[in-house]
Amino acid sequence: MAEATEQRNAHFAVVLSHLLRAGVILAAAVVLAGGVLYLMQHRGPAPLYKVFHGEPADFRYARHIVRDALSGHGPGLIELGLLLLIGTPIARVAFSVVEFAIERDWLYVFTTAVVLAILIYSLVSS
Amino acid sequence: MHATTLEFTLLVALGSLLAGLLGSLTGLGGGVVIVPFLTLLFHVDIRYAIGASLISVIATSSGAAAAYLREGYSNMRVGMLLEVATTIGALSGAYLVTRIPTGAIAAIFGLVLLYSAWTSIRPQGDLSGTQHPDALAGRLKLDGSYPTPGGRLDYYVRNVPAGFGLMYVAGVLSGLLGIGSGAVKVLAMDRVMHIPFKVSTTTSNFMIGVTAAASAGIYLHHGYVDPGLSMPVMLGVAAGALLGARILPGAKVRTLRIVFGVAIAAIAVEMISKGVGGKI
Repeated sequence: MAEATEQRNAHFAVVLSHLLRAGVILAAAVVLAGGVLYLMQHRGPAPLYKVFHGEPADFRYARHIVRDALSGHGPGLIELGLLLLIGTPIARVAFSVVEFAIERDWLYVFTTAVVLAILIYSLVSS
Repeated sequence: MHATTLEFTLLVALGSLLAGLLGSLTGLGGGVVIVPFLTLLFHVDIRYAIGASLISVIATSSGAAAAYLREGYSNMRVGMLLEVATTIGALSGAYLVTRIPTGAIAAIFGLVLLYSAWTSIRPQGDLSGTQHPDALAGRLKLDGSYPTPGGRLDYYVRNVPAGFGLMYVAGVLSGLLGIGSGAVKVLAMDRVMHIPFKVSTTTSNFMIGVTAAASAGIYLHHGYVDPGLSMPVMLGVAAGALLGARILPGAKVRTLRIVFGVAIAAIAVEMISKGVGGKI
C-alpha cells in the first residue's frame, strides 16, 4: 500500500479510537449518574426480574427516554446513558462513511452506508 | 432471601466485575457468562438477561477496539464488508428472540457455551496468512498488511462468500443470545478467510460493538433492556475488563483458559438441561 494511504489510515484509526473511547466514557458517566439517582430514589426490596413484563413505554423509545432523563428520574437517566452507548458504534460507522468518501473509495462508502442504514433502521423501527 | 435494591445492585455489579475480569484475562469476553450468571443464580428472566448482557458487550468491545485500533492491525474494509452480514444476522437473531420459547434460547446458549469452552481449552494455533491472491478479495480491496518487527507483512484474504455466510451466523447468535460472538468472528476470519490471527482478533473487536448495536435497538423496543439491571452489569463488566487489561501482563493465561473452559462447560450443561426442562 502507498505511504500516503498508510498514514491516512493510521490517522483515521487514531481518530476512531478517540471517538469510541469518548463515547464509552460519556455513556458510562451518564449511566453511573443515573445509577446513583436510581439507588437514592428506589430504596426497599429489589425488583423481581423473574417474570418478564417488558419495560414500560417510557424506556423503549428515544424521545420518551430523553424526557424521562431530563426530569431527573434515575432509571430514565440510565436509559439515556445506554442510548449513548448504543449510539457510539453507530457514530463510528457514520464517521467511516466520511472517511471512505475522503479516500474516494465509493465501493466502501456504499458498503458502510448500508451498514449505517441497517443500524438506524434497528433503532427507529417500532 | 429478599435483597434490597442496593444489595442486589452490588451483587450483580460484583459478579459482572468478575465476569469482565475473567473475560479480559482469557480473551474470551465476559458476555458469555453474564446471561448464565443472571439466569441461573439470580433467576432473572432470560430476556432481561440478554438485554443487560448485550449492553455490556457494546461497552467492552468499544473500549477494547479503542485500545487496539491504534496498533494498526485492524482491517477496516474486511470489517465493514463483513459487518453487512453480521448486522443483518443480528436483526434476524433479535427477531427470533421474540418468536422462540425462552427454553430454546437457553439450550442454544448452552451449546454456544460448550463451543466457547472448547476453544478456551484447546491450544491456540496461528494459521499464517496465505500468499496467494484471491480474485474476489482483490476486487473488494480486502487484502492488507500488518506491522511486524521486521516491517509490514502483506497478507491475502480468501473465501469471502464462506466468511460472509459464517459472519451472518455470528450475527444471528449475537442477536439471539446477547453475546459478542467474537469466537465465531475470529473463526471466520482466521480459519476460513486466512486472515492473520492478530488482524482477525482486533478486527473482530470493533465489529462486535456494531453487531450488538444492530440488535440493541430491537431489544430496546421490545422492553428487554431494564435500567436497574443493565446499569450494574454494564459498569461492573467495564470495570472488570479494565482491571483485567491492567493485570494481564502478569497473568497465567493458559491456566486461566483451562479453568475458565471447564467452568463454562459445566455452566453450559446446566443451561441446556434447564432450558430443555422448561425451567428457564
